[in-house]
Amino acid sequence: MSETWIILGASSAMGRAFARHVAAQGCSVILAARDKADTARTAEDCKARGAADAFAVSFDARVPSSFRTIYGVAEKQHGTLNAAVFVGSMPPQEEIDAEPALGDSTIQDSFTGPVNFLHGLAPMMEERGGGTVVGVGSVAGDRGRIGNYTYGAAKAGFHTYLSGLRNRLTRSGGHVVTVKPGFVDTAITWGLPGLFLVASPEAVAQDLWKAVEKKKNTIYTPWFWRYIMLIIRSIPESIFKKMSV
Amino acid sequence: MRWKETEYCGWGRVLSASAQVARPEKSEALTAALADASGPAIGALRSYGDAALNDGGHAVQMTRLDRFIGFDPETGVLEAEAGASITDILSAFAPKGWMPTVMPGTGFATLGGCIANDVHGKNHHGAGSFGQHVQSIALMAADGTTKRVSPSRNKDLFRATIGGLGQTGIIQSAKIQLARCSSRLIQVDERRADGLPEFMEMLAESRATYSVGWIDATAKGHNLGRGLLEEAELTSSNMTPKLRKARKIPFNAPSFALSPPTVRMFNKAYFRRVPEEGRGVLRSLEDFFFPLDKIHDWNRLYGKRGFHQFQCVLPDNTAEEALTTMLKLISKAGLASPLAVLKRTGEGRGGHLSFPMTGYTLALDFPHSKNATGLVQELNRMTRLAGGRIYFAKDSLAEPEDIEDAYPELADWQKIVAKADPDGAFTTDLVRRLKLRGER
Repeated sequence: MSETWIILGASSAMGRAFARHVAAQGCSVILAARDKADTARTAEDCKARGAADAFAVSFDARVPSSFRTIYGVAEKQHGTLNAAVFVGSMPPQEEIDAEPALGDSTIQDSFTGPVNFLHGLAPMMEERGGGTVVGVGSVAGDRGRIGNYTYGAAKAGFHTYLSGLRNRLTRSGGHVVTVKPGFVDTAITWGLPGLFLVASPEAVAQDLWKAVEKKKNTIYTPWFWRYIMLIIRSIPESIFKKMSV
Repeated sequence: MRWKETEYCGWGRVLSASAQVARPEKSEALTAALADASGPAIGALRSYGDAALNDGGHAVQMTRLDRFIGFDPETGVLEAEAGASITDILSAFAPKGWMPTVMPGTGFATLGGCIANDVHGKNHHGAGSFGQHVQSIALMAADGTTKRVSPSRNKDLFRATIGGLGQTGIIQSAKIQLARCSSRLIQVDERRADGLPEFMEMLAESRATYSVGWIDATAKGHNLGRGLLEEAELTSSNMTPKLRKARKIPFNAPSFALSPPTVRMFNKAYFRRVPEEGRGVLRSLEDFFFPLDKIHDWNRLYGKRGFHQFQCVLPDNTAEEALTTMLKLISKAGLASPLAVLKRTGEGRGGHLSFPMTGYTLALDFPHSKNATGLVQELNRMTRLAGGRIYFAKDSLAEPEDIEDAYPELADWQKIVAKADPDGAFTTDLVRRLKLRGER
């Protein structure tokens, strides 16, 4: 049975690594990102690695009309439709504090944009039956922290949406995997101070694929972040509010 | 573009540098990085000495620009970004019946690195060097402009880029000719060679597509230069190869791990592993071409002190005498590790500074110590006197006079490089140490 994966945010390191992974399994890929020149190159790469077919399409989480092109390309593919969402933006919290309107775009990029996209895709997935959505959230969504709580709030909203979507798609044989990555070695984190236990995008992509195959509901990647976040979540608010973790 | 203050070292871990490193993931980011600052492109950091080091400067790590850009299944021509690794190319294309025509001893090496060092493989005597299978290169100058160079277009710049140690610009991507491979297995025949003259004769007479010799650098007397010859041919067997699982060296090994008695014992056992009458085995391509890649970070076996690799190539007319003297000196010193290679090389070379010449190449690892340093320097001198060359990708100890006569096209190369990179934006510690770009 042929499979197609829509990759939102395919020019991010994690998105690219996951696209390559599914390409090597022989799936078709629809690579969506703002930088189409870059995804066009990744599309060639995916074909060389074994993708049945590969398409590069423009996508901007803030421009709902860009969603339609992707649905159109997806419509033409046979077989199961799947989607993996790697989009989001995380400006430093101080920048949002200085310019509150920046909060809107952060929420659009990390929450409402991908949510509205997936909401448009869900009926297509239901019609065909089956299919998996991989939604990349963040450990930042597990608890609001002074360092990035606008982004964290957007991701928390995304987690909640994914949980609801899982509830919905299960009825038509589909599945949703919520992913909460810790630090990943990408262009975004390159050279940032204070990072530890940084995972490679390839390792994350492998974890995602395993979670898809095993129909996991929520995964942390690398796995130990589940325990780090368990500790962080269990700190009483009366203490947590004074901390800066 | 964010630059990261990075401490890094060559594979031998003796030489290190501290530099501002950018690691672009898109072409756009590479251009942005060069707009900020310029420095040489670096890859997987598999060259042993300081070929990729730029202490106190900048460097652009290319490993994330590693995509395949286009592949023609009819002709086997692959275009890929410079950061693509040889293993990545092999594992993606071997199932389609293609493999890199020339593969170095590690599959971790990147396409850009293979070009910049014009690497050779176990088929050098027949297939030539890596650069001879490069059809074109997209080369970026320090000002961010990109030129396509090939044997017909900008051909001087193309030749200066092959084996050019990154001095002509940043290799963004390249088109290479892959070779047919009928399966993922290779038939390997192993035979003993009881001494150096016999070993050299066996290598010279070998008609195999792939041949390489392991040499026991601790053997003395009539055993001097004994070793094992491996000859290999691709097979058309359709068995699926059993891949060995990768292992890691989690810590630096203690120094006794490579003490002379341990190495002598190991070498003896390793030599006797192959029966007197020889034997044939079937291996996976990966196991044959990249025998050490299964042990990640094997350079840690040499402990914290690191190691030097000495690799020379010697012309036919002086090879036997020079190798005999070298091996006597090496076995007497008792400093070599078991990793030692003797190979026949052909005339194939792609650029002005390419390493190979018709003759024999000897490669040996020595754990770092004062004595080992002196020994390698002596071997470098002996190489020069024998009309041979040392390999820039391996070297960490040579001095400018060791190389000046060894590379007859050095002056031509310098002229082209001076024009391509007038401000010396891409110089490295190696280039400065050996004054490769002339006195400046």
